[in-house]
Amino acid sequence: MTSIGTGYDLSSSTYSPDGRIFQVEYANKAVENSGTAIGLRVKDGVVLAVEKLVHSKLLVPESNRRIQTVDKHIGLATAGLLADGRHLANRARDEAENYRDTYRSPSPVKALADRLGLYVQAYTLYSSVRPFGISSILGGIDKEGPQLFVVEPSGVFFGYHGAAVGKGRQLAKTELEKLQLSDLTTREAVYESARIIHLVHDDAKDKDFELEVSWIGPETNGLHLPIPKDLWQEADKRAREALDEEMVD
Amino acid sequence: MDTVDISRLKSGEVNLGTSIMAVQFKDGVIIGADSRTTTGSYIANRVTDKLTHVHDRVYCCRSGSAADTQAVADIVHYYLQMYTQQFGSPPAVHTAAALFQKICYENKDALSAGIIVAGWDKEVGPSVYNIPLGGGLFRQPWAIGGSGSTYVYGYCDATYQEGWGKEECVNFVKNTLALAMSRDGSSGGVIRMCVITEEGVERLFIPGDQLPRFWEGKEVIGQDSATKSTYEAVPIDVEV
Repeated sequence: MTSIGTGYDLSSSTYSPDGRIFQVEYANKAVENSGTAIGLRVKDGVVLAVEKLVHSKLLVPESNRRIQTVDKHIGLATAGLLADGRHLANRARDEAENYRDTYRSPSPVKALADRLGLYVQAYTLYSSVRPFGISSILGGIDKEGPQLFVVEPSGVFFGYHGAAVGKGRQLAKTELEKLQLSDLTTREAVYESARIIHLVHDDAKDKDFELEVSWIGPETNGLHLPIPKDLWQEADKRAREALDEEMVD
Repeated sequence: MDTVDISRLKSGEVNLGTSIMAVQFKDGVIIGADSRTTTGSYIANRVTDKLTHVHDRVYCCRSGSAADTQAVADIVHYYLQMYTQQFGSPPAVHTAAALFQKICYENKDALSAGIIVAGWDKEVGPSVYNIPLGGGLFRQPWAIGGSGSTYVYGYCDATYQEGWGKEECVNFVKNTLALAMSRDGSSGGVIRMCVITEEGVERLFIPGDQLPRFWEGKEVIGQDSATKSTYEAVPIDVEV
């Protein structure tokens, strides 16, 4: 499965004989080993949810956000090297502001994804830098409706109805495929996303985790916001109950 | 801090002393302009086209320095082509106006350009944006600009009604420009108009001899019929 790219994997500017850039593939590995992040694009909004692995009991809850607001109407959730995620979120903010300044209009999500893809790809060209070790899920609502994009370390990006990156992405994708995403409301999607995050969390391997969810929809007036406390508690409760139900066998 | 010197064109520079206007109606916009370009008192071009295409459904009316406005319009035309390619759909009139405004404001010290941007887009429908000398952006139902516009503010304010259709707006533009052209020395020639709707752009042309005519002062003051002299005018005898 993992092939050793001996000699051809030392820098981004070297192809392997079979046409691969190993550094970019290794960057994807960094994403695969991090906590899961998912995004759901539904009938009237977008929900982003992250499995935030807590590595110390001394951490203040809710202080290390993995989901950043990029513009009023767009959110960015990352999986991978968190510092890279912060950097990309800052860049996304600059790009969104630049779009507003030039065109006097909020940036369409696709335009922002395009700019981020361009930016991330630039770091795969040179041996003096390393590729970004993150996959970013970009969700927002623009005049075309709710939109969801994922930008990978290679710079490639696609639009999705449902997306998952990180450790539990296989399981998450299976769950997402079972849902009829275009029929759900944003609120229902919040409950579903919480359930999926709880589902993919492997209690054996990683001890503790924090559920972080954000949404954009009619209940937020088109703004990207973390879900309110009461909604979070309800979603968390339902997710645990759903898990317990499944455990009964 | 240098102030904007609006009255000084560089020597030899060509001026679009002008009358331009744009009016929004239900299905689209009508834009119109005179056709005179002057260098001082010489009319460098008496059939100028001041209505410039920047996108399929977005046009601009140019007044001020001919060179400045052509350069700015070319740049915006380029940016709107790039926009269409990148984002896959035609830009909003608002977007085009924002690009004009950015250039006009950021280079306000160097430019002498008064531009009216008007057109039709899918989200908003018809709209008219006025960008006067300082680089401010103003959306208005109708806008007039150029040196000739100063003479017709009263006429426009008194005549304009909301809810007009295409024919009434065309007449409004025609009459306003004709009045401006008759009073302003820097405006004249022919009237060019464009009607921009969802379906397309229709160009209208009114030659100089078919302009609407208003009070022309045929009466001669100071001679009433009662005291009219019975003598006919005779040449003076001159000794050679």
